[in-house]
Amino acid sequence: MLRITCPWCGERDYSEFRYGSEVKTRPAPGTGDLKTWHDHVFLFDNPKGPTREYWQHVLGCRQWLVLERDTATNAVGKAVPARDAASKSGAGR
Amino acid sequence: MAKRYSALSLLRHALQPSSPWPRAWRSPAPKSSYDVVIIGGGGHGLASAYYLAANHGIKNVAVIERSYIGSGNVGRNTTIVRSNYMIGGNTPFFEFSLKLWEGLSHTLNFNVMLSQRGQIGLAHNPSQMDVLARKGNIMRLHGIDAELLDRGEVMKLLPYLDYSDAARFPVVGGIIQHRAGTVRHDAVAWGYARAASDLGVDIIENCEMTGFLMEQGKVVGIDTTKGRIRAGKTAIAVAGHSSHIAAKAGLRLPVESHLLQAFVSEPIKPLVHHVVSFGAELYYISQSDKGGLVFGGHIDGFANYSQRGQFPKVQTVAECAVSLMPCVSRLRLLRHWAGIMDMTPDGAPFIGRTPVPNLYLDGGWCYQGFKAIPASGWTFAHTIAKGEEHELNRCFSLDRFAKGGELDDHGSGNWTYKQ
Ligand SMILES: Cc1cc2nc3c(=O)[nH]c(=O)nc-3n(C[C@H](O)[C@H](O)[C@H](O)COP(=O)(O)OP(=O)(O)OC[C@H]3O[C@@H](n4cnc5c(N)ncnc54)[C@H](O)[C@@H]3O)c2cc1C
Ligand SMILES: [Zn+2]
Repeated sequence: MLRITCPWCGERDYSEFRYGSEVKTRPAPGTGDLKTWHDHVFLFDNPKGPTREYWQHVLGCRQWLVLERDTATNAVGKAVPARDAASKSGAGR
Repeated sequence: MAKRYSALSLLRHALQPSSPWPRAWRSPAPKSSYDVVIIGGGGHGLASAYYLAANHGIKNVAVIERSYIGSGNVGRNTTIVRSNYMIGGNTPFFEFSLKLWEGLSHTLNFNVMLSQRGQIGLAHNPSQMDVLARKGNIMRLHGIDAELLDRGEVMKLLPYLDYSDAARFPVVGGIIQHRAGTVRHDAVAWGYARAASDLGVDIIENCEMTGFLMEQGKVVGIDTTKGRIRAGKTAIAVAGHSSHIAAKAGLRLPVESHLLQAFVSEPIKPLVHHVVSFGAELYYISQSDKGGLVFGGHIDGFANYSQRGQFPKVQTVAECAVSLMPCVSRLRLLRHWAGIMDMTPDGAPFIGRTPVPNLYLDGGWCYQGFKAIPASGWTFAHTIAKGEEHELNRCFSLDRFAKGGELDDHGSGNWTYKQ
């Protein structure tokens, strides 16, 4: 069973969480043409290997996290609060 | 060349069990170049190769499979075929596919064991009945069989459901497509492989594609674990691995790879005579010829290439089974397994050209890719041969989101990761 260590609640089964999607950087509001927004909304890197993705601890503290995970092996790394990941401007691909 | 199967050849083998059947398809080494190379020897890759040769006379074709034929989702699914789709684009495509299924054993001279046992979708409240009535009307306007069932008719066909006052989801009625049913999934891969091989297509197993050969921005071939192969046209048909392969040509796709599990119980006497789908959840059940109850549900719910299912889905699917059919509560689960699938934002696939010259894509099959195999192979072959879409796959283009052409058929069971 996949286990995720929530920074607030500790290690829990993944079924307490909701998967958000891979981490993408949203273009600033009011900027970019249609293609920029199309690519942001619809396209994914969907890597086979290490990735960073959003999860929400819906059945716990309801916080959004950024989780390191390997999609090929399911090995789970660290989860950090999503707002910290975003403020370090590391939320991009 | 494989000999055609006939009643006489079956009888001869039955009387001489010591003489083995000849190999069903050739096993050649790859040539240095082909007119068309197809990456992925699943149902879609093999069907496309067959129709390229049979419908368009393009026989200098190779199918490259990294493992063995039938090892992917074509042999991992719950084998349901039906054409009860509701929205424009999907409805004619899946009906064309079902019509091809109906003649496929003859076309391929290989018994794919189509069993048109009928598929019943259940309704648990009056508004679901309204939706089913509307869906049935749309299907009938397209010349597709559909029949609305009231509660009494469902009780007659499916006496084993929970009709008690305590039922968590009361059965109000349902809809049946009599021509829907199941197909022997391995036979689909084997039948297309054999028929394509007979027409000259090279099927190259245990050969992994590792990269594209690009010249001036065009794809001119692929690198594989069995060497470099040049190709006039290259086609991707790798089921859950589309993103991973397309990325090698610099393409990002509107796709996330997710796991879908299937489950089989220990064998029991004949009980479930149709394919039944639960209107309260995405849960469906049928009984295999060996007696096992075969059932499936939703995807695991997060991007994944590991092909290992997670336990919570086993539990959800078992809960659905027991709330619909309390009589199965003491049955043991024999096996469960997972397949990797491309999930798209609207639940519909991609069959067609890509922005990269000479590169074609068949992928994004979500939950419905098995029933689609014949029509997908037919239309994909058309696109590869003519360089433009067939009228039946025009709606499945890669740029449909940019053009506002989403094909969201929620009413008939496509659910994406957005849920
Ligand atoms: C559990 C489950 C239940 C399902 N139930 C149904 C159902 O009831 N009805 C329905 O219509 N659909 C169903 N589906 C969906 C359906 O099975 C798939 O959409 C469909 O089979 C996918 O197409 P395919 O058969 O060509 O894929 P596959 O058989 O997976 O073929 C793709 C092939 O590409 C090969 N490949 C990948 N990468 C490479 C590479 N680099 N080089 C060479 N080869 C490569 C793989 O080894 C594989 O053999 C189900 C799927 C699952 C997982
Ligand atoms: Zn938490």
